[in-house]
Amino acid sequence: MTAASQMIGPIVASFTQVIAVAGSGLILIGLLRKVRAHLEGRVGAPLIQPLRDVRKLFRKERLRPDQATWIFPLAPVVLVATVGAAVAITPLITTHPAMGSGSDFFALIYLLLAGSTLLALAGLDAGTAFGGMGSSRAVTIGALAEPALLVTILAMSAAAHSSNVPAIVHATLSDPASVATPQRLFALGALLVVIVAEGGRLPVDNPATHLELTMIHEAMVLEYAGPDLALVSVGEAMRLTLLLGLFVNLVAPWGIATTTGAAALAVGLVVLVAKVAVVGAALAVFEVFTAKVRLFRVPELLAGAFVLALLGVVSGVVVR
Amino acid sequence: MAAALLCWGACGLEAAAAVRVLASGHPVVLRSAELLALTGVNIVLTPLGAFFVLLVAMVAVPATLHGIGYAPHGLSGRMAACTVPIFVTVLLLVPAAGSVATFMVLWELMALSSLALVLADQARRESVRSAGTWYAVITHVGAALILVAFLILAAHSGSQTFVALRTSARHLALPWRSLAFVVALVGFGSKAGVVPFHVWLPKAHPEAPSPVSALMSGAMVALGVYGIVLFGDVLLGGGPVWWWLVVLALGAASALYGSLYAASSTDLKRLLAYSTTDNVGLVLLALGASGLFAATRHPLLAALGMVGALVLLLNHAAFKGALFLSAGSVQTATGSRDLDQLGGLLRRMPQSGALFLVAAAAICALPPLNGFIGEWLLFQSLLHGVDIGNTAGDVAIPLAVAAMALTAGLTVVAFVKAAGIGFLGRPRSTGAESATEVPGTMRFAVGLLVGVCVVLGVLPTLILPAVERAVRAALPGVRQVTLTHGVGLQLVGLRGMLEPAALAAAIVAAVAGVTALRRILSRRPAPTVVEAWGCGRQLQTARMQYTATSFAEPVGRVFDDVLRPVHDLDISHAAESRYFVEAVSYRSAVDDSIERVLYRPPIAAVRRWGQLARHLQPGSVHRYLAYGFGALVVVLAAVAVLR
Repeated sequence: MTAASQMIGPIVASFTQVIAVAGSGLILIGLLRKVRAHLEGRVGAPLIQPLRDVRKLFRKERLRPDQATWIFPLAPVVLVATVGAAVAITPLITTHPAMGSGSDFFALIYLLLAGSTLLALAGLDAGTAFGGMGSSRAVTIGALAEPALLVTILAMSAAAHSSNVPAIVHATLSDPASVATPQRLFALGALLVVIVAEGGRLPVDNPATHLELTMIHEAMVLEYAGPDLALVSVGEAMRLTLLLGLFVNLVAPWGIATTTGAAALAVGLVVLVAKVAVVGAALAVFEVFTAKVRLFRVPELLAGAFVLALLGVVSGVVVR
Repeated sequence: MAAALLCWGACGLEAAAAVRVLASGHPVVLRSAELLALTGVNIVLTPLGAFFVLLVAMVAVPATLHGIGYAPHGLSGRMAACTVPIFVTVLLLVPAAGSVATFMVLWELMALSSLALVLADQARRESVRSAGTWYAVITHVGAALILVAFLILAAHSGSQTFVALRTSARHLALPWRSLAFVVALVGFGSKAGVVPFHVWLPKAHPEAPSPVSALMSGAMVALGVYGIVLFGDVLLGGGPVWWWLVVLALGAASALYGSLYAASSTDLKRLLAYSTTDNVGLVLLALGASGLFAATRHPLLAALGMVGALVLLLNHAAFKGALFLSAGSVQTATGSRDLDQLGGLLRRMPQSGALFLVAAAAICALPPLNGFIGEWLLFQSLLHGVDIGNTAGDVAIPLAVAAMALTAGLTVVAFVKAAGIGFLGRPRSTGAESATEVPGTMRFAVGLLVGVCVVLGVLPTLILPAVERAVRAALPGVRQVTLTHGVGLQLVGLRGMLEPAALAAAIVAAVAGVTALRRILSRRPAPTVVEAWGCGRQLQTARMQYTATSFAEPVGRVFDDVLRPVHDLDISHAAESRYFVEAVSYRSAVDDSIERVLYRPPIAAVRRWGQLARHLQPGSVHRYLAYGFGALVVVLAAVAVLR
């Protein structure tokens, strides 16, 4: 492999990841809805319905509430941009994305935090009651999910002696037995709960609701319309896809490309889509049988996740 | 103005000396036997001290510049004009002190000059005096404890220079060393605002004029941490594991407690004061981890932890300085610092508002700003210390990560609230409604510190060599721990790498790309301004918005057991029937739990005894004569019995 292709390869891989996640993110949302509809005895909208919705939204007029500042139009852009940057440096299709050496788990989480923090600010920007309600709840749940999230990362990283995500994935690939260690299993359980909370899925938040008293994320973005709302939808879908993609690559990284050749990337893409679709469908099945919990019961759920993650770290030290 | 020039002169001189020390690694020594009676002045600027000098200068220059515009709002008059330069100069000199006497004199001057500045506005507001009393008592008890700790070391060594103390402290028995360390930790911790000695912070910081708050929170609190490093690492040369577990526990408690109260405060400067406790807690977390690693013979990790601590401290000085100065600008423009009276300031003060938002993003550790680099270093040092082979340490490290994480989350709550309620939405008072942009010098001063936040976030490699030089002065015998890798950051001997500049470039490029995409994809790119929808509600008013109190309500409810908010609901019924309500008034307040539990009962007891003692002194001469007679009888009786 020449020097030039070593430079170009990861960049091509990263672009492929961003385009794949941006494209398939909305279809994943469509899949979740479809599975749910089937289990509820409905036919449901076609898989590409979210894509059509976004296309329709882009054609609409851009609206800005009279009290809003530059934060309001900036937030959706930053959401999509930070999620996109996080997708670009995460090993989803290949273990060699661009800037892979700087692909730190901690940095990924804080990139995602930047997008959600700005969105929470935008919720307060229009000066309405609902925006503030959504922001307040969203940042509270985000704060409570943080300990479980970081301790999970600690548990994952401790085995590989690095918080570099490609290094963690490589460590799993070279030692498949490490997936079944108690350290990993506890941590993955915790990560799953955190993904449900951060992704705004049941039982923490109901993405389909517009009932005032239960909304979290939807209340925060209530004032968005047209292209800005389209960006919010795309950003949220990309974020869920990224989190699920990261999860499947931590559970079972097999099939991920370890080079940046075109054939390997194609295989990696197909495998990733299949794995995420399976996990996404499982999530949808789980959601059918779950009711949203009260807002003030969510801390208990997240505390449970935190205990799991802590068990993960401690068992890693004990079981040596 | 002249005061500011004096301060800049002092900052310039000492910063130049500090840069020379950090560049060469050799200390600058100044001795004068005449300047201070009996002991003489002994100035030794080591690389560790030089780092703190630079930190102080970085806050002092913008703070005094901001003070020029702020002066008519509570920092005017001869007293302030002569105290500010004294305070700044003393702040600059404390980290350069080379002997116990010099250190204590400067430390005391620092306490007195800052006390005078806290009281600058006492003629106008009653609450200032009570804040001053709290500050004066805690800072002097702290200074007394520091003196005791120094005396334990000096009595053994027979000399009072730090160099002599350092060599003799190695031969001191462990119980004495531990006693000295714990006493010093409490003394310096009270200056650093560590739980449970933090109670003066949320009183003195809000009441002091804002440039003084910035100096106290950014620079003076950092010197408390300097004291802990000086004592624990430099003079005592490290210690057993339990010392550092105590530091770790204090750090975790301060970080959690501070961030929780910051998230539930509605006064902007009180929020910032609690957030100072939170940030100092994170610094102590890193210091505790560093000491723990040193005690379990992991010198590389120990150095990494210390680098993390110093970077966190430098970051804190930059963004907290900027935030306190911004709060001063807000107070100048609106006359209020109560978030529930603010709102809509970003439209009225576009530049000040934008600077506040960036500083708030920095303290939330969002990439690509400096807070993120500090938290990453802290996380890396904890991550690589998961398996140090000490049972207590192995349990402490994941708990420290959890404390750090919850702190980070609650900091986001606090600062989304501060920025969102204070600067966005509709104005909640006429003061906020009629606010106008503050003078250019004030904006420039905040801008300087915000600039530091951005530069240190994108190019932390600019400052890391200096930080490492300081760390090597504190922890003898360690090698280099971070490497510049292009513009990236790499940990030596550990698998940890970050590319902040590339990350920043990626974020900026992605934002530009998505903005362009939105423009291309949407048919009508320019937005139409409409009335906010608000779920179809007509006529939005400022009172319908979320307030700072309601924003913090979920957090308050989750952490009810710690915060213990006081609710007060009054319903007055109409005279005709109690089913008709005439007025409902609701008040809720969040008091400091530690103050209520640890400080109020002893204060109340002392006051009660004082009240009782007052009955002895009714002012009647007959009674006093009787006391004299009684005392004489008692003495005579005692003498008779004892013979």
